[in-house]
Amino acid sequence: MGNAIDVHALVKRFGKATALDGLDLTVRTGEVHAYLGPNGAGKTTTIRVLLGLLRKDAGEVTLLGGDPWRDATSLHGRLAYVPGDVTLWPSLTGGEIIDLLARLRGDGPASNHGELKRRQELIERFDLDPSKKARAYSKGNRQKVALIAALASDAELLVFDEPTSGLDPLMEAAFRDCVNAERRGGRTVLLSSHILAEAEALADRVTIIRAGRTVETGTLAEMRHLTRTTLDAELAGPAVLDDLPGVHDAVMEGTRLRCEVDNTALNEVLRRLTATGVRTLTCRPPTLEELFLRHYADQNHAEERVRVTPAP
Amino acid sequence: MTATPVLPGAGPDDRHLVQPRGGPLTGAAALDKLALRRDRIMLPAWIYVVIIGVASNAYTFAKLYKTASSRTSLVASGEGNPALLFLYGRLNGNSVGALTAWRYGVWGALFAVLMSVFIVVRHTRGDEEAGRLELIGSARVGRQAPLASAIGVAALANVVLIVGLSVVLPPLGLPVAGSVALSLAIGTCGLAFTGISAVAAQLTAGARSARGLAIGVLGAAFLARAVGDAAGAGGPAWLTWVLPLGWTEMVRPFAGERWWVLALPLGLFAACCRLAFALAARRDHGAGVFPDRPGRPAASAALRGPLALAVRLQWGTLAGWAAGFAILFAVCGAAGKGIGQLVGTSGALQKEFTRLGGQSAIVNAYLSSLMLLAGLIAAAYGVSAVLRAHAEETAGRADPVLAGSVGRVRWGLSHLIVAVAGTALLLVLAGLATGLGYGLSVGGAGSATARMLGAAVAQFPAALVIVGVAMLALGAVPDGCVAVGWTAVGLAVALNIFGQVLQLSHWVLDVSPFTHVPKLPGGTVSATALAWLCVTGVALCALGLAALRRRDV
Repeated sequence: MGNAIDVHALVKRFGKATALDGLDLTVRTGEVHAYLGPNGAGKTTTIRVLLGLLRKDAGEVTLLGGDPWRDATSLHGRLAYVPGDVTLWPSLTGGEIIDLLARLRGDGPASNHGELKRRQELIERFDLDPSKKARAYSKGNRQKVALIAALASDAELLVFDEPTSGLDPLMEAAFRDCVNAERRGGRTVLLSSHILAEAEALADRVTIIRAGRTVETGTLAEMRHLTRTTLDAELAGPAVLDDLPGVHDAVMEGTRLRCEVDNTALNEVLRRLTATGVRTLTCRPPTLEELFLRHYADQNHAEERVRVTPAP
Repeated sequence: MTATPVLPGAGPDDRHLVQPRGGPLTGAAALDKLALRRDRIMLPAWIYVVIIGVASNAYTFAKLYKTASSRTSLVASGEGNPALLFLYGRLNGNSVGALTAWRYGVWGALFAVLMSVFIVVRHTRGDEEAGRLELIGSARVGRQAPLASAIGVAALANVVLIVGLSVVLPPLGLPVAGSVALSLAIGTCGLAFTGISAVAAQLTAGARSARGLAIGVLGAAFLARAVGDAAGAGGPAWLTWVLPLGWTEMVRPFAGERWWVLALPLGLFAACCRLAFALAARRDHGAGVFPDRPGRPAASAALRGPLALAVRLQWGTLAGWAAGFAILFAVCGAAGKGIGQLVGTSGALQKEFTRLGGQSAIVNAYLSSLMLLAGLIAAAYGVSAVLRAHAEETAGRADPVLAGSVGRVRWGLSHLIVAVAGTALLLVLAGLATGLGYGLSVGGAGSATARMLGAAVAQFPAALVIVGVAMLALGAVPDGCVAVGWTAVGLAVALNIFGQVLQLSHWVLDVSPFTHVPKLPGGTVSATALAWLCVTGVALCALGLAALRRRDV
């Protein structure tokens, strides 16, 4: 199995501003790959280069074995894309747009019984009214239109740019189910996001970028530090955790404990805490921004520059 | 409302009422500032163009026609030529001022109207459709404030235009009273359409259709006065009185000013504003007067590929233009009958007619100027259709198409095909309608229709060049393509409508593709010129597509 996406040392400038500055990204065929970064890191710019909408300034980009700029048209027949900010034609209905997008991708006429059924299932799953004009849809409903069009396609590669930003929790869960089903079906998924929990729930591998550069890439297991849990507890008495492996940055202020725990060490930590006596306890995964502050602030501090991501 | 005035210190329980309560117009002043900031380049540019247009006409007339006799002969040729009356309006005297008012009064008003329509719709329905007014409306801003501020900005622009013209014209040697009357005639016409577009912006749910509605009224106004002016004494001269554009002539600047006529546009402005506010108070945010109906839950088999999409998106607009064209040119064609009769009845004009080439030459001159107008308006349609691709791109709606199995050239070409085919369709309609209108009223409909069809189609290569310029701009300079496209149209209008009377040199006139189109019916056809225009147009389009292939989207 080769790689669905291979990006090496990609550079993209807009005038004087450098949006992508030597970016690397590898997505293996058949995996769900999360592409993480804070706002303005260059996620959308990367995707637009991969789609052949933007021309790279330097570096190597291979998409499904082809050049995304030169072979854009033929490659696009094999992928489906959901933009982060979905804008639709206000005078067309959602159903018309779903069909239109399928036909623009080059799928055959939707007379095929299986395809029609799949389209209908997804419309019901996402609870969309396909006969409404797009001008009347909310942001979430516009996103559903694009998601249904992509999921109903037979594309080998699905590219999602922050796909859940407008969805409610119920629809977000439906989306996660669909992506897990696609993984089992063997499709490759590139999922850009700034929500770590989404990546944890879905991704086989993760690439993290910041300011147009790849910071880290690998499986979540390899990035143990990313899966730490932040604990905040009010205890009955003082507890000692420093000797435990997998506990980081533990701070004890009176009976109040703050620490970060590797998920493998959670059991042992909780055992100690309950032995001491727990009054209150909050656990949460670290936000992406916290991770950036913690792990990457130093190495990027010296080269802060003006960076932009153009509006799509 | 039974609100009682609350005085400071009225009592501790009423204290919360002392804070100024927001009315429906709260925040309008702040919105005015925002609008002026956003329009800081467009607004002065529009005002500048109108003032320079009028002033340069006045200057040139004073320079080229120094003696009263030279002006009298110009007036005689003008009065004897319905084509000129049709394009510019009635001649109310032979002073330099009267000639200026004749040549640029109606057209100056037309530009003031376009300016007003664009300002009002941009700051009301345009912002509402884009969702910006929702954010503004959530702030401490009254329900009617956006409409009031848009009307305020457009009114301010027209007032600045009036003051500017009144200041610029007298130093050029024109009487003060006439200068003020001409300025007021132009500016109040802009005000009248400020009101009309404020109403239009309440009726439709989309900015595009609101602009279309207002400009449709403008087209009807132009048509009414054109037919009223060109039909002569025996024809329906009252048509000039029906709609605002004709009122600018009826003020008679420099020819015994009729100040009371100015009450008509001002009254219309007031009435329309009242109506617009009443409509705005009754409707939901984002809604027009007609609610959206549900559409098809699945696409029809025809909606496949970018061309079908482009056709679907542009079909409504094109249908509106086509209906306007059919009516405009059928009426104008039928008005050609009165022109033929004029020659028989008016002995005084007989000599001038003979000098110009007799009755058939007069009618032909009228019909060929109609076809020039058709060519220019069709080119304007073509440019707007090409620029639709740019609007799709900036709205982010090109992305899902280009992310499909669709190349840029195919995407660009699909909108270009709509533009070019639409332009051709409009010209064919103009030819058919003029021919039928004229032929049915004087007899010989078949041959007249065939002749006019040919005359209209002859305009196509020139319109294609203008469309090509817009296409090249779309590909090469996407950020500037709106400006480039409309400048090309404006330049062609300026050169071909105003160029000859300003006695511009041939080198300048030759810049416009419409200068090279044979003046049909009556003129001689140069196949070489038409072929060159076609080649140029196609080359510009091809270059535009090639450039589109190479740039970022």
